[in-house]
Order: sequence, then structure tokens, then C-alpha cells
Amino acid sequence: MDSSTIALSVIFGIVVVSSIVGMYAGGRYKMDLEQWTVAGRGFGLILVWLLMAGEIYTTFAFLGASGWAYSRGGPTLYIMAYLTLAYVFSFYFLPQIWEVGKKFGMQTQSDFFHTRYGSKNLAAVASLIGVVFIIPYLQLQLTGLGIIVEVSSFGGISRVTAMLVAFGLVAAFVFISGVRAVAWISVIKDFLMLFAAFFIGIGLPYMYFGGIGEMFTALVNAKPTHITMPGATKAMGHSWYISTVLLTSFGFYMWPHLFSASFTAKNNNTLRRNAVIMPLYTITMPLIFFVGFTAILVVPGLANGDMALLTIVRQSYSPWFLGVIGAAGALTAMVPAAILILAAATLFAKNFWRPMFAPGMTDDQVARLAKALVIVITLIALYFAIYSATTLVNLLLLGYAGVTQFLPGVLFGLYWKRVTKPGVFTGLVTGIAVVAYLVLTKQDPFYGINAGFFALCVNFVVTVALSLMTKAEANPFENGQAA
Amino acid sequence: MHKPSLQSILIGLIPFVAMCFTVFLWDQVHPFVLGLPFNIFWIILWILITPIIMSLAYKSERNRIDAQDSAQKGGA
Repeated sequence: MDSSTIALSVIFGIVVVSSIVGMYAGGRYKMDLEQWTVAGRGFGLILVWLLMAGEIYTTFAFLGASGWAYSRGGPTLYIMAYLTLAYVFSFYFLPQIWEVGKKFGMQTQSDFFHTRYGSKNLAAVASLIGVVFIIPYLQLQLTGLGIIVEVSSFGGISRVTAMLVAFGLVAAFVFISGVRAVAWISVIKDFLMLFAAFFIGIGLPYMYFGGIGEMFTALVNAKPTHITMPGATKAMGHSWYISTVLLTSFGFYMWPHLFSASFTAKNNNTLRRNAVIMPLYTITMPLIFFVGFTAILVVPGLANGDMALLTIVRQSYSPWFLGVIGAAGALTAMVPAAILILAAATLFAKNFWRPMFAPGMTDDQVARLAKALVIVITLIALYFAIYSATTLVNLLLLGYAGVTQFLPGVLFGLYWKRVTKPGVFTGLVTGIAVVAYLVLTKQDPFYGINAGFFALCVNFVVTVALSLMTKAEANPFENGQAA
Repeated sequence: MHKPSLQSILIGLIPFVAMCFTVFLWDQVHPFVLGLPFNIFWIILWILITPIIMSLAYKSERNRIDAQDSAQKGGA
């Protein structure tokens, strides 16, 4: 067998076995809408932890982070900071989200907006924004999968073909089994990811430099400014770092799929404990960075930094091991992709289509529509993945700039009784408009500050000002009555 | 709904100050610590410290919530 056949067989074998395990674990439950989306709110600490880890450590962490370490250097440190701080921030509002979620039977992020502000239009707009900004995140996973197969086949299989096959599998997987299967497949993915990170994060610096310290000494001698900010970029200095860390750590749980993942917890204490221990999972990230830094000196001059990790693994180990690493990478793309598709489909069917166009639909019909949408959403992301080229990290930052605009509506919804529907509505729309304008006119970073963060500040100001100018509204979270 | 206490919020600010706002103080290569450039060492250190700090916030919240809940039950 030649090298590409070995590598691809190993990847395919691991992915198929994992999928079977996931489907078996998920198949024992009757799939109504509540079970398919929030697993009947029955997940304990371990499963919630795995589910959230499954959604967090995506191909972005695997290929994107090493890619930015390779191509940008210092600014990449923002990733380690924001992942850690996102959990810290979650401690102060996620348990509360769970409490109101349980009380009012929420399944999605839009349900939160609907219940708190009593407006199906606001909820519909929020769900549409959520779906729109999930697309670049999904596109990121597709692109990552394409890179994995392209590198593992030693260039023999085109990226487009690879993406088509892989996403057929993901769509089938989501279609059949729902959120429970995804949590179980995460177990396998996390073990593989941990193993891969430790093995190559420590192994590669030793192989080429005799140690991690030696690798950094060599790197600093060769490129003295690469590891500090702004690294190999022009505009990503300290103000960019601070604004980006704030945007992304505040925005982390504003992703509709992560927001609704908190509803799967058995109780809110699970979420508090989760917030305390999750930062430890971030400890795999430095190891991924070490691979990217090692690759700078070992495989210099790659046009696409996102290929750095796999290229150096391919050059350094035998093909079957490239297959194992490739499989870890493939699962880190497929598991989050499944969750993203699930979240987007449910949001669109339940919070946009039914309230706006078909109020008479039953829950079963909504579940059926959501399943049909799995195919549509996958195809849209596939289209973008094939026809646009940008780095994995940039795709993620675009998504963050969008979804973080939910923050004022969520935080004020919980903690400020004077906030009003017109305030939140106008703030949200203004924030999205500012993001769209700055990103489309290529003004990100905006005067050295992350454009999404700038938009968030505008959003906050508009929300507060308009809320104070409009008439006070009843707060259903205070008096305990459903809207 | 249990709102977080001021004390727990102040505890949570510590990692934000260390990992985010003070970046201009620690974003440098030298001195190397344990073979790592200083900025990378600093971030890894705080990844490890943060769960310890947050377990303090957890204890503070837990005690307060338990006290609130038992007071409510006692009143009803």
C-alpha cells in the first residue's frame, strides 16, 4: 500500500468506528424535539463537560491555532487567554440562563429573547442572525476537513471532493442521532485530541531541536519579534489583543449552540463546576502552538499556515501516524460541525419559520423541518467553503463579531430590569450593521481595535440609551410568569 | 434567580487583569522561564492558576446560595 492509502484508511476507519459508537449511544432514546435538541435536560457534569469540550475544541483549535502561530506569531496568544477567560465569564451568567431556561422550558437562544422581551419578531431576528453567523464557523470546519484529506492523500484527493464526502457523513450523522450521539462521539475525539496534542506538541520540538526550550531559543534567534505582538502582522498589537480577548471571551457563550448546550445540564451547579474546571482543558492549546512554532523553522515558506501542523507531521512520522493525527483532526471538525448544523437547523425551524410563517406547526413537524434543513445548511456552508478562501482564525473572528452582539440583550435581560425591547432590538441591529460595514470595507482592526469589539461598544451604548428613552416594560423573570 | 455576589465577581476579575488588561507588562520574550519565552510562560501559568481562583468564587457562591435556599425553605 502506498502512503496516502495507509493514511486515508486509518482516518476513515477511526471516523467510521466513532460514528457507530455515537449512533449506538444515541439510538436508545426516543427522539422527540426536546430529546433531539437538549437531550431531555439530563446531562450530568461529565457529559456536559464533554459536550462543551466537543464544541469548543474544533478544527480551529487544531489547525487554525497552529496555523496562526506559524504565520502570525504573537497575536495567536489571544486564543489561550480567551478560552480560559470565557469560562470565567460564564460563571456569572450561565447558571442564571439555565435557571430561567428550566423555568420557562427554553430550548434555544431565541427562546430566551422571546420569553424575556415578549417579542416573536425580536426572537426571529435573533435566530436569523445566529444562523447567519454560524455559517462561517461551519465553513471553517469544512475547510479544515478539506485540508486534512488533501494533506493526508499527499495531494491525491482534491479538497472539494474531500469536503463533499466528509460532510455527507456529518449530515447523515446529525440526521439520525441528535445531540446525545454527539456527546458520546466527543469522548473518542477528546482522547484522540489530547493524545495528539501531547505527542506531537512535545515530540516534534524534541525531534528537531532536542527540546521545547531549545526550539524557542532557535526561533527567537532566527525571528526575534515573531513571538511577541504584533508578531508577523502590522496591526495586531496590544490594543487589538485586549479588545479581541474581551470580544471573544464575552462572546463565547453567545454562540447559539453553546448557549443552548447549557440547557442540557441537570442543574445549574453543574454549570458552575464546569466553569471552574474547564480552563484546564485549555492546557492542550500551548502544545498545539509548539507545533506551529516548530514548523516555522522546519517547514518554512508554506503559503497557507493552516497546513503547517499536518505538513510537519507528514514529514516527520510514518503514514499510519499521519492517519491517526488526521483522524483526530477530522473528528475535531465533524463533531462541532454536527452541533453547529443541529443548532442552526433547530433555530431556523423553531424560532424563525414557525412563528413567522406557520404558527400551527406541531413540535413533531418542527423536528421534521429541522432535519430537512440539516441538508440545506450543510450545502450553504459547503458552497462558501469551496468558493471563498480565508484563514480559519479569520472565519472564527467574523463569527464572533456577529454573535457577540447578543451580549447586551442577554446580560441586561438577566440583570437590568429597566432594559426594553426597542433598546435591545435597535442595539442588536446597530451592532450587526457596524460589524458588516467595517468588515466589508476591510477596516478590521479599526484604529488598532477589533472591529467586533468596537461594534459591541456601540451596541451597548445604543441599548442603554434607547431603553432609558422608552417606557419601562414588565420583566417576566422577576414575577415568574411566562410571556 | 440567584444573582452573583459582588465578592465572586471581584474574584473573577483577577484572571481578566492577569491575562488580558496587563498584556503590555508581560508580552516580552525575556526572561525565559522553564525554557519558555516569558509571555507564553505567563499565559500557561494563568491557565493553571485560574481554576484555583475560580474554585474560591465557587465556594463563595455555593455557601451564599445554600444559605439563601435554606432561609427560603424555613420561611415557607
